[in-house]
Amino acid sequence: MLKVLFGRILTTIPALIGVVVVSFLLTRVLPGDTAAYFAGPAATPQAIQEVKQKLGLDKPLPEQFTRYVGDLVRGDLGQSLTTGQPVLADLKSRLPASAELTLFGLILSLIIAVPLGIVAAVKQGSMIDHACRAIATAGVSLPVFFTGLLLVYLFYFIWQVSPAPLGRLDVFASAPPTVTGLYLVDSLIARDGEAFRSSLAQLLLPGVTLAIFALAPIARITRASMLAVLSMDFVRTARASGLPASKVIMIYAFRNAMLPVITTLGMVFSFLLGANVLVEKVFAWPGVGSYAVEALIASDFAPVQGFVLAMAILYIALNLLIDLSYRLIDPRLGATT
Amino acid sequence: MSDLLEVSGLTVEFATRRGIVKAVRQVDISVAKGETLGIVGESGSGKSVTSYAVMRILDRAGRIAEGTISFAGLEVQNAPERQMVDLRGREMSMIFQNPRAALNPIRRVGEQIEDVLRQHAQAGSADARDKAIEALRQVRISRPEERYRAYPFELSGGMCQRVVIALALACRPKLLIADEPTTGLDVTTQKAVMDLIVELTRERGMSTILITHDLGLAATYCDRVVVMEKGEVVESAPAAMIFSSPQHPYTRKLMRATPRPGIALRDLLPDDRPAPPPQSAPVADAGAPLLTVSGLVKEYPREQINFISRLLRPAQAQEAPFRAVDGISFEVRRGESVGLVGESGCGKSTTSMMLMRLLDPTDGTITFDGQDIGAIPAKEFARNPLRSRIQMVFQDPTDSLNPRFTAARAIADPLMRFANHGLNLRSRIEDLAQLVGLPLDLLDRFPHQLSGGQKARVGIARAMALEPDLVVLDEPTAALDVSVQAVVLNLLADLKAKLGMSYLFVSHDLHVVRLVCDRVIVMRGGRIVEQGSAAQVLEAPKADYTRELISAAPHPPVQGS
Repeated sequence: MLKVLFGRILTTIPALIGVVVVSFLLTRVLPGDTAAYFAGPAATPQAIQEVKQKLGLDKPLPEQFTRYVGDLVRGDLGQSLTTGQPVLADLKSRLPASAELTLFGLILSLIIAVPLGIVAAVKQGSMIDHACRAIATAGVSLPVFFTGLLLVYLFYFIWQVSPAPLGRLDVFASAPPTVTGLYLVDSLIARDGEAFRSSLAQLLLPGVTLAIFALAPIARITRASMLAVLSMDFVRTARASGLPASKVIMIYAFRNAMLPVITTLGMVFSFLLGANVLVEKVFAWPGVGSYAVEALIASDFAPVQGFVLAMAILYIALNLLIDLSYRLIDPRLGATT
Repeated sequence: MSDLLEVSGLTVEFATRRGIVKAVRQVDISVAKGETLGIVGESGSGKSVTSYAVMRILDRAGRIAEGTISFAGLEVQNAPERQMVDLRGREMSMIFQNPRAALNPIRRVGEQIEDVLRQHAQAGSADARDKAIEALRQVRISRPEERYRAYPFELSGGMCQRVVIALALACRPKLLIADEPTTGLDVTTQKAVMDLIVELTRERGMSTILITHDLGLAATYCDRVVVMEKGEVVESAPAAMIFSSPQHPYTRKLMRATPRPGIALRDLLPDDRPAPPPQSAPVADAGAPLLTVSGLVKEYPREQINFISRLLRPAQAQEAPFRAVDGISFEVRRGESVGLVGESGCGKSTTSMMLMRLLDPTDGTITFDGQDIGAIPAKEFARNPLRSRIQMVFQDPTDSLNPRFTAARAIADPLMRFANHGLNLRSRIEDLAQLVGLPLDLLDRFPHQLSGGQKARVGIARAMALEPDLVVLDEPTAALDVSVQAVVLNLLADLKAKLGMSYLFVSHDLHVVRLVCDRVIVMRGGRIVEQGSAAQVLEAPKADYTRELISAAPHPPVQGS
């Protein structure tokens, strides 16, 4: 298993190198001039030139790239010009906010979508099956910012059951001491009920927004995969040997149907990372998505590169995790390598 | 003797897109305590559906429409599902075709047996493991403690079927339904598995229903036989009676079509189609043989070697490669048909793939009509003019046809590739269809609109299109019903007589090989065990292994006709 892990980590290296190169080149070919932006609208060409020199933007691309990689190796992601902070520090403080939101949305949608998909497959053609299809279609056809706004309008503005969509905590609550950076977890560790309730209340609407979006692919794949497995011979054997329906469905069918669901989970996660950017904007969530968008608008290269790199690492790590969990679920995979 | 199971007037309906289909109509079957009943029929006869109805495990679309099923005093068709769950596995259980697929691929086999034991309160958490191991031991699995932890993919097909049997018999049911339990297994494994089933059920005084398409199997192992055709029971009689004096015409047709010792190829066909035996072109003894294989070897690396594992592992730690074919030599003369016989894993398919030049041999030469085709790389052979002179007919007539090609297009495939362009394609296709007895109006149909036998004819016409010198037939009738097999085998013999080709007939079925081949080669573990004329190898075998193969193959009692 360790050897497999080591081998898989080795194969992620080319992907990371690719991400570094592409994110660097992309930010360079984007329109917009950083120096001009920061020198201000009234700046003389000479002042802009000075800013350029200070930032090293007057050097040829290969030289800029070498410097960038050199800094990267030392753990320096550069300086954000908009916030004035090192990018690494910014990401450190904002990534947990995004992670909490994305994971919450993903887990919430899993809790709803997987049972829904199973029931839809077991009772194929029933009302629940049709309901599953309707919910899934509706969820995926509404853009996230629209769902988000709709939820805010209903729960905050009309019914006033939800707190103002402004950030991760109530204005009056204080953040729990940082352990993981996820407020829900940290407040539990600190046994701070007030902070937990407050952060959950803030998390609920954006989390549900993301969950609605992620529902459709997960429910669909679960249903299709369950249908395929339920028609297999070994399910018939289990039924013929008198195992009750619950055991046949959960232990025999679902565990086999899980593999495609987990594969989809990786993809859904990457969709969610994209959808995050919009949701964070709508709910004034202090995450990396809104941070990166602001930096991009300001032609502030370093945070954008840092963001792309962080997302890539996150995505690669998640896929690694998925690959490894495959092996835990399916013993056949372990045998072929 | 009171009857354990009594089925009367059973009708099973399936709701399909084209309306309701009655898969089984008015079937009456009874099984006495301790009796072994055979249900025999070709595909689509409703024999499996009948047994699923008895267990009440029909698909969602299927429904018991009429009739009663009474099992040990219980009316199965009306019983609540809870009661059926208790019954299944404990009172009646079932073993299936394709044992590997019948086991949960990601659960240890021991745990699967435990599931059943615990479900029926035959074991608690303390002794479940021991009882599961004991169940494995009873089906003669060696080292049961180790096998308990095995996954199905780590076991051979025969071993998987033993596990399925252990699963079915773990709770000592009164009735065992075996649905084609040995289809797809080798003959020697088949014999071992069937003997095991008979021994265990007899020991426990159980009743057994053996569902099979194989008359030989039914004759060897059953007390009584029920013959089904198109959802109806056409005949029911004690096994000895049904084979000595079959009453129903369908039974007689099945009997005739089953290859068995002491008959000729033409005897397989129904009485009303007398035909002269095919006048085989005399085998040209003189002159060079068409195909000479000498010292042929094919090696495979033990495991997939990828870049990383090669980095991590020193070269000497890698095992010696696996020899799928281990130095075989033989000849095929012009106009001769040679049978290549052996059990799965003996290397017969690998050999035929190398002859077709789909695989590169590791060592040895393949000389075809004086040219060493073994030296031409497999990738380039498709463009070689010699390629058109060697053709192949595949095992599965459905899978070997492109589902989006019509029959005519499938037959035209090799013509469009190799024949000269001035040819009138359509008339050539029609000639070929006539040659293989495919009605011309079927030429524009797609494979799913054709029957198994018709698809087999398309596959044969495609192989004959370029008038090859050598045709490799890879189990051409293994997927067909016996009555269709009888027709196809006769067709192949007629074609050979007419066109003067040579056949290399790859098969596991000795009875079939005896009917169509002049010479037989028996392979085992990549080597040739015995070769000689068909009569000599099958009637006076020299090698022990050949004798074992022949005695393991079941056949219906010889019938004078």
